[in-house]
Amino acid sequence: MSAPADIGRAAARSLPLDAEEAARARRARRERVGAVALPLLVVGGTILLWHWFVTAYAVPHYILPGPGRVVSQLVEDWDVLFGALLVTLKITLLALATAVLVGGGLAVLFSLSRWVEMSFFPYAVILQVTPIVSIAPLIFIYVESPTAGLLICAWIVAFFPILSNTTLGLRSVDHNLDDLFTIYGATRWQRLRHLQAPSALPYFLGGLRIAGGLSLIGAIVAEYVAGSTGTNGGLAFRILEASYRLNIPRMFAALLLIALAGVAIFAATALLQWLALRRWHESAVRRER
Amino acid sequence: MTATRTALQTAPLLRLEGVTKVFGGATTALDGMSLAVRDGEFLSLLGPSGCGKSTALRLIAGLSQPTRGRIRWREGAEAALGVVFQEPTLAPWSTVFDNVWLPLRLRGVGRGVARAQVEESLASVGLEGFAKAYPRELSGGMKMRVSIARAMVTRPKLLLMDEPFAALDEITRFKLNDDVLALQARLGCTVVFVTHSVFESVFLSGRVVVMAARPGRVVEEIAVEAPARRDDAFRTAPEYAAQCRRVSDALKNAMAQA
Ligand SMILES: Nc1ncnc2c1ncn2[C@@H]1O[C@H](COP(=O)(O)OP(=O)(O)OP(=O)(O)O)[C@@H](O)[C@H]1O
Ligand SMILES: [Mg+2]
Repeated sequence: MSAPADIGRAAARSLPLDAEEAARARRARRERVGAVALPLLVVGGTILLWHWFVTAYAVPHYILPGPGRVVSQLVEDWDVLFGALLVTLKITLLALATAVLVGGGLAVLFSLSRWVEMSFFPYAVILQVTPIVSIAPLIFIYVESPTAGLLICAWIVAFFPILSNTTLGLRSVDHNLDDLFTIYGATRWQRLRHLQAPSALPYFLGGLRIAGGLSLIGAIVAEYVAGSTGTNGGLAFRILEASYRLNIPRMFAALLLIALAGVAIFAATALLQWLALRRWHESAVRRER
Repeated sequence: MTATRTALQTAPLLRLEGVTKVFGGATTALDGMSLAVRDGEFLSLLGPSGCGKSTALRLIAGLSQPTRGRIRWREGAEAALGVVFQEPTLAPWSTVFDNVWLPLRLRGVGRGVARAQVEESLASVGLEGFAKAYPRELSGGMKMRVSIARAMVTRPKLLLMDEPFAALDEITRFKLNDDVLALQARLGCTVVFVTHSVFESVFLSGRVVVMAARPGRVVEEIAVEAPARRDDAFRTAPEYAAQCRRVSDALKNAMAQA
């Protein structure tokens, strides 16, 4: 038996590109630059427009501060706002971690027993469809510690996508591979570890990306509901506080931090997804045509 | 194959005795199938779509249980089974090495201990250089080779193949047919091979079992006469053509009966 022709990429790279490939490489390069440059251009344009509007119409800063004013406010209030950011991020990340543990753990439990799934899945759905703002006040009444209350609220919002995605993933196993595991007498644990877990990974990571954003939203919403009782002072609390004092620039500065935190969480989960799947999953591998 | 001759004196490797499989109380996929699989033989199940070939293989593999009748293995022969499905059925998240290692891994054999066996199995299908590749980087024929290497890595007594080459082009299929014969000759395993290609069944097997559909059943068993070496010369020989015609007629009969 002879080896099939070697399709090694190293060998192919030393050959000159044909016209189609060169055009494709150019296009790919342009797209890579565009993916970074275009959003930056749009943001830059918006900021310029905003600046122009504020100066041209002499809008007072207590109605709409210009971008420069927002940044200088951010620098001025850095200690307060950065502290608030840390408080909010702590709740967000703790909620996300708990969502991963509980959501993932429940999904595994569900995949092990149909009966458990039938018994508990409806409750997960109820928890998900009930708006958090309507449950939060109760939670703050029953739960002593405000931090724990915030954490519970953010967790409720974040855990469902992880639970439902991972449950789906653990069940989307290739039937023939499943049969193969049966033929080789795999144990329940081996099946979970070597078949179901890898099959579920892309689904889980998709859920994580959604949950990352949701846990930040959950944390912020919970802070609003907690209001002045939440004395720990997260970003939403600072926004409320600034709004009572009509400190519009500080509200904008806090808003900016929230948006940046959201983008950072999104980027981190996207990176994680890419790192975990780039070798094999269709969503992440680069196609060579 | 020479192996069929030596095997005749011992009890068959396994025996299907009046095996019937009914799905959902309505579809009779197999009706009273009886068949003896002898040591070292290459046996083909040939028949139209829906005649229960896959069902028979799944029953032999123990993936489902007969509704009536039974499957009897010779004492102590049950465990050693390898399976190749119609699709390569590789784990996309694992490298070629890890895919072939899987059957051993599930039996608790560590990577280091399994290495020699896995590499030998990969070499036997001509894929020595591809241990680190992922399935998506391979062509359809190469994926099938990995699937065969995985089935062979445990040195099974019985290899079950369910239309493994149906999706491949003719050139690749011929090549893989040669390779499977060479592999079987070297390892001396028994093969039950499902196909709906008359030419493939005659080229490969010592015995062709022709089946008919609705309900799925065996209609004829045809022994194939062939030289010790089945190669391109056999593929173009008049004896080959004549036997293909015989099997083809039997198949036509089977389909007319249905
Ligand atoms: N799990 C199942 N549930 C219900 N019916 C089934 C099931 N598996 C097979 N059948 C039915 O049993 C019959 C035989 O199916 P089988 O897959 O064994 O055919 P086959 O000979 O392998 O066909 P093909 O050549 O198309 O693969 C068909 O009529 C099919 O519809
Ligand atoms: Mg079939």
